[in-house]
Amino acid sequence: MKSIRLMGTTAVAVAMAVTPALAQVASLGTPEGQVSIVAWPGYIERGETMAEFDWVTKFEEATGCQVVVKTANTSDEMVALMNEGGFDLVTASGDASLRLVAGKRVQPVNIDLIPSWANVDDRLKNAPWHTVDGVHYGVPYQWGPNVLMYNTEAFGDTPPTSWSVVFEEQTLPDGSSNVGRVQAYDGPIHIADAAQYLMAHQPELGITSPYELNETQYAAALDLLRAQRKLVGRYWHDAFIQMDDFKNEGVVASGSWPFQVGLLQSEGFPVSSVIPEEGATGWADTTMMHVDAPHPTCSYLWMEHTLSSNLQADLSVWFGANPVVLSACTDGSGMQTAEGCTANGLDDFEKINFWTTPVSQCESQGECVPYYRWVSDYIGVIGGR
Amino acid sequence: MSRSAILPNRGLADRLSALFWRRPRVLLLLLITPPLLWLGVVYLGSLGALLLQSFYSIDEFSGVVVEEFTLKTYGELFRAANMDIILRTLTMSASVTLASAVIGFPVAYFAARFARGRWKAVFYLGIMLPLWSSYLVKVYAWKLILAKEGIITWAADSVGLGFLLDAVLALPGVGGNSLSTSFIGTWLVFVYVWLPYMILPMQASLERVPVSMLEASSDLGATRGQTFRSVILPLAMPGVIAGSIFTFSLTMGDYIIPQIVGTSARFIGQAVYQLQGTAGNIPLAAAFAVVPILIMLVYLSLAKRGGAFDAL
Repeated sequence: MKSIRLMGTTAVAVAMAVTPALAQVASLGTPEGQVSIVAWPGYIERGETMAEFDWVTKFEEATGCQVVVKTANTSDEMVALMNEGGFDLVTASGDASLRLVAGKRVQPVNIDLIPSWANVDDRLKNAPWHTVDGVHYGVPYQWGPNVLMYNTEAFGDTPPTSWSVVFEEQTLPDGSSNVGRVQAYDGPIHIADAAQYLMAHQPELGITSPYELNETQYAAALDLLRAQRKLVGRYWHDAFIQMDDFKNEGVVASGSWPFQVGLLQSEGFPVSSVIPEEGATGWADTTMMHVDAPHPTCSYLWMEHTLSSNLQADLSVWFGANPVVLSACTDGSGMQTAEGCTANGLDDFEKINFWTTPVSQCESQGECVPYYRWVSDYIGVIGGR
Repeated sequence: MSRSAILPNRGLADRLSALFWRRPRVLLLLLITPPLLWLGVVYLGSLGALLLQSFYSIDEFSGVVVEEFTLKTYGELFRAANMDIILRTLTMSASVTLASAVIGFPVAYFAARFARGRWKAVFYLGIMLPLWSSYLVKVYAWKLILAKEGIITWAADSVGLGFLLDAVLALPGVGGNSLSTSFIGTWLVFVYVWLPYMILPMQASLERVPVSMLEASSDLGATRGQTFRSVILPLAMPGVIAGSIFTFSLTMGDYIIPQIVGTSARFIGQAVYQLQGTAGNIPLAAAFAVVPILIMLVYLSLAKRGGAFDAL
């Protein structure tokens, strides 16, 4: 039995050595009629939520590629879906993209086949979350900050300026304590938000990146999160349940996405959002292509389509995010305006620590706590340990 | 010369039925093969695949499963945070079962011994009706009912009992900010959702308690309480145990209710869901999934001793 396993492993190793490691599409064929995409909720709209937000129908008419969307609520979920296979594309955030590359789940993208690549924001063209050793594993889609959403009635004239409202017990401007009235994200990457808070408030820890933590820094971040557990009634996982909790559960402040802020405001609910003084974590998403994508031509056509100024403008309005094609802010091709981009944080690029997967061999200090421990420890923290 | 009888040519159906008549086992085999295949391949096969996965481990960075035999994944179950999940789930299952039995017994007793005619129909409808509506709708409805700005808080406040609700929510460990974000809330919803599965088998076993025995008991001078304790309860026990199997195992496997109502602290079902569905850690998810199987095996063997399967 052991020898069989050994033979099997050897065969696999030989096969892998022979196969060229970087197979990328050299030229486009005829569209296959379909493209299936794993995406964040609200990222790919076909006018079903609100009629004016539709960037799918035109694409389908022009190319004949039917767009099938599978939404995922967390980066971990996206990685799992891509590991399962059967999808063409994924809108991966930085904490998923490198895992997908390392796991050989995505293929290099031939940017020569994507004419609009030239229009991509220069700050993002070679971003480390999709470019490994000079090879591009996808095209940027959108980026944005994780904002602090707050109830304007509870905070009145003094909007929060620090993340401390969700990390430390205090009396809010409406006179009541924040215990039980704040929320936090139900994903291990939230540990980075705690680390970023510590960067500003405990500089002696020497944290340089919230995604690269040594044991001491990591322990301090977990302690902060354990204190936060006492303030949080329920962690948010699903964007719509969070919105419900703001309406019915008396939640008044939480880290959130501009998506929820926009939807709640459109319903007339008194919320607003801010990027606090400590800065914010953020996401920068990349459209990546599965290594065994069943519909490569439609996938390339979609990637080209996502870089159109019109789509970038409408999506950035809808999701409260920032376009990766700068002209989308100013050329009037969609609903976005220069002021809108500034409000979404286009100029704060440098202040945002983009989601990246924590790895054990990190740049800043050699040895860091890897992501799988973030997962199990965060389950422990939520469980009150 | 004797003349042979002229019989019509026999068709396929005739020959088949003759075959079945001569060899009854063939018919049995034909009838039993599909369900056996289902049980063997689909059911036990997937269980076997699950068991196999639990002996693999996961590559820590890429999240790809390493298909080599190891007990490391089972070792991870004993980490404090994971033991918490198992104990939390067990405690919840036990308390939901206990509460269902205590609430369900009087209902079942009334239905079995006193309800007649139209009342019996009302009883059955009352028990079954909730089962006909969507599980998700019920759970979301409970989220709103239990919410801080929901009807329970409102009702308690308007009759001046808000302090009572606050006192309950201030209980250490099980309390919380509102019913909807506390273990009490999770427990309430569990009890509501699984109660019918407790009542029905209890009622079936109570109906089987012969009236003659109760008469004999009172003829011998037993009080009502004595009759209940030493005649009715022991005879109904198999039904109680059968019901508890449902409530216990259903609670242990559920992952929807604690996700919508509760404190976000994980239960086994959620841990499995998160580990396989979102973290891609299928080995640990499989190891977690084996836990309820083991617990239920122990539980079932105890229940068998208690005679629970006589009432099914």
